Amino acid sequence: MKNLLLTLALIGSSTFLHAQAHLPSVDLQDLEGATINTSEWDNDGSPIVISFWATWCKPCVAELSAIHEEYIDWIDETNVKLIAVSTDDTRNSMRVAPFVNGRGWEYEIYLDPNADFKRAMNVGNIPHTFLLNGKGEVVWQHSGYAPGDEADLYDNIVRLSQGLELEH
Amino acid sequence: MSQLTKIGLAAGLFLSAFAFSQESNTDLGEIHGNFQTDFQFYRPDSLIGAPDVPEQFLLNGFMNLNYTRGNFSAGVRFESYENALLGFDPRYKGTGIPYRYATYSADDWEITAGNFYEQFGSGLIFRAYEERGLGFDNAMDGIRARFRPAPGIKLTGVIGQQRFYFDKGDGIVRGLDADWNLNESVESMKENKTKIILGASFVSKFEADLDPRYNLPENVGSWAGRATISKGKWGLFAEGAYKINDPSTVNNYIFKDGHAMLVNLTYSRKGLGILLAGKRIDNMNYRSDRTATVNDLLINYLPALTKQHTYRLPALYPYATQPNGEMGVQTEITYTIPRGSRFGGKYGTQIAFNWSIAQSLDLQQINDTTDIYESGTDGYTSNFWSWGQERYFQDINLEITKKFNKKFKLIGTYIYEEYNRQVIEGKTGFVYMQAVVLEAQYKLSRTKTLRFEAQGMFTDQDRGSWAMLLVEYSISPKWFFAVQDAWNYSNPDPNRQIHYYILSFGYTKGGTRFLANYGKQQEGIFCVGGVCRNVPASNGLSVTITSTF
Repeated sequence: MKNLLLTLALIGSSTFLHAQAHLPSVDLQDLEGATINTSEWDNDGSPIVISFWATWCKPCVAELSAIHEEYIDWIDETNVKLIAVSTDDTRNSMRVAPFVNGRGWEYEIYLDPNADFKRAMNVGNIPHTFLLNGKGEVVWQHSGYAPGDEADLYDNIVRLSQGLELEH
Repeated sequence: MSQLTKIGLAAGLFLSAFAFSQESNTDLGEIHGNFQTDFQFYRPDSLIGAPDVPEQFLLNGFMNLNYTRGNFSAGVRFESYENALLGFDPRYKGTGIPYRYATYSADDWEITAGNFYEQFGSGLIFRAYEERGLGFDNAMDGIRARFRPAPGIKLTGVIGQQRFYFDKGDGIVRGLDADWNLNESVESMKENKTKIILGASFVSKFEADLDPRYNLPENVGSWAGRATISKGKWGLFAEGAYKINDPSTVNNYIFKDGHAMLVNLTYSRKGLGILLAGKRIDNMNYRSDRTATVNDLLINYLPALTKQHTYRLPALYPYATQPNGEMGVQTEITYTIPRGSRFGGKYGTQIAFNWSIAQSLDLQQINDTTDIYESGTDGYTSNFWSWGQERYFQDINLEITKKFNKKFKLIGTYIYEEYNRQVIEGKTGFVYMQAVVLEAQYKLSRTKTLRFEAQGMFTDQDRGSWAMLLVEYSISPKWFFAVQDAWNYSNPDPNRQIHYYILSFGYTKGGTRFLANYGKQQEGIFCVGGVCRNVPASNGLSVTITSTF
């Protein structure tokens, strides 16, 4: 048992050496049911935020609501695009379109009803947010949400678009 | 298992070697993963009904490692239960590698060997998935192939056995699914504003018949067809499924076939969303072992059409679909009162209304001499359109969110629920419950926030009424502290009018989180997604560490 934990820790530490990653290629559904592959995502060389959320997850909804209030300014200043990936399964995935439109959210929304993309991105619990640079590489991530985290995310988007070091 | 563990460790070290070398040469691929460990020290507490824990300390942990290079990917998951936390099935025992896979994908095809998760349509006849926090995992072990013969057409084939804790079920599950996007594949539909996607699936399980009493079907086939049609603000999804007779422990060995129907209609525009959904489930318990019960070896997934409450008190009475049969409808309206109007204020006010109901099927005897659900018979007949007399569940709830200024935000929730304990939990009684939650958030500064929750749940049944208060203080993006107390103030047993207090502390850095809870957890049902498990009462310190890398 001890040996196993030690080995796990070793493997873990070795992988921490590099945070930069390419997006795995996974099929998701858009709100009309059409299949979209994550490799098709593009924002013309500007940053992309990927937010894993679900309709039943209160902190997720709080985070996306908080960003919603500032999203127009974010786009104006940095050209960032937010992609909200709903991990709701069939029980709730049908609620996503009215849920999102009723709140007036203007994000790109995709459904991941069997958690294939969530698993490929190694996300344990939601909310979980990733920031991608203009080349589509994951350069920053944050797990969980506390009010104010959106400001921290935005600081990093600005740093990224100015070519500055990110704060982890 | 020890042999397996060794192989897994060797594989893990091999993969991590790739990670080291990746620093200098990116062509060697990338390795990523995540891990989570939950451990808890248990204190004896007979008053709240906490079970005795001879080990005093229990641990669940897992780590995923995924390696990707170009079109190739492979991965393993270590899992460790030393021993499993209370509330998890004790058949999760020891350490091993119950999940490993390799996938190769090309432009129009992909093949996976080993373990995989998959869902056909909405899952009515096939869904392999995991809810790690609940200990639910029915991963397939076998082969999956995907093929795209033409634009807009997607074919998926699967074969394998299902995970059963650290073992596999004996039954074999085979399936085929086709998904056809008409707008992508039919030239004349390409510019059409009406989007149509059709799908069809077939699933069959094989299980030997060793039953001395009955001649049981060894191959049980099921079919499903679905359509997604959307045009502008409107969306329609419908799926129907059929299964041949499949006598099992859950349906008391009746030889009736099974049906399921799910229909969902939405209308939404900016500021308004409306959902109408209905379903009918009739004898759709489908497992690769006909004697399996609870959450074991399930082949299909039957979603509950009810809102999932996440506040601590109302979450004590969640609904779960009754696979033997039920009818249900749900409606939900989400509306934002526009900014600048009298009730909208500066930021707009959000209103969400949800109503759902689930009722029994209208069952009739097949003839005068045969009881309903009598083993070895066709069990019953039922009219597709008529509702049964027994109420399983009803929920009417309203949630209003209003932000007053940059610092202050309020969320008010009212819930009325009818909950059939007999049907849902197998215990006696029926619970009528009303709950009120007021949540307030006050931002002290750019990073510091205070959050309050006052909850009341009022009922004359079960354990009586509850009141709860929560105060949370967070310093974005790293720190979090909370204290909460749920008081079962009107428990019919005066000795059980207990305060269930919990102190929490959390720390987050990037993709890594540390969370500690100290206090008393009340007995109840804990759900994520569509699966629920009973969490026993406990008293003690629990720690969770998660990391994504």
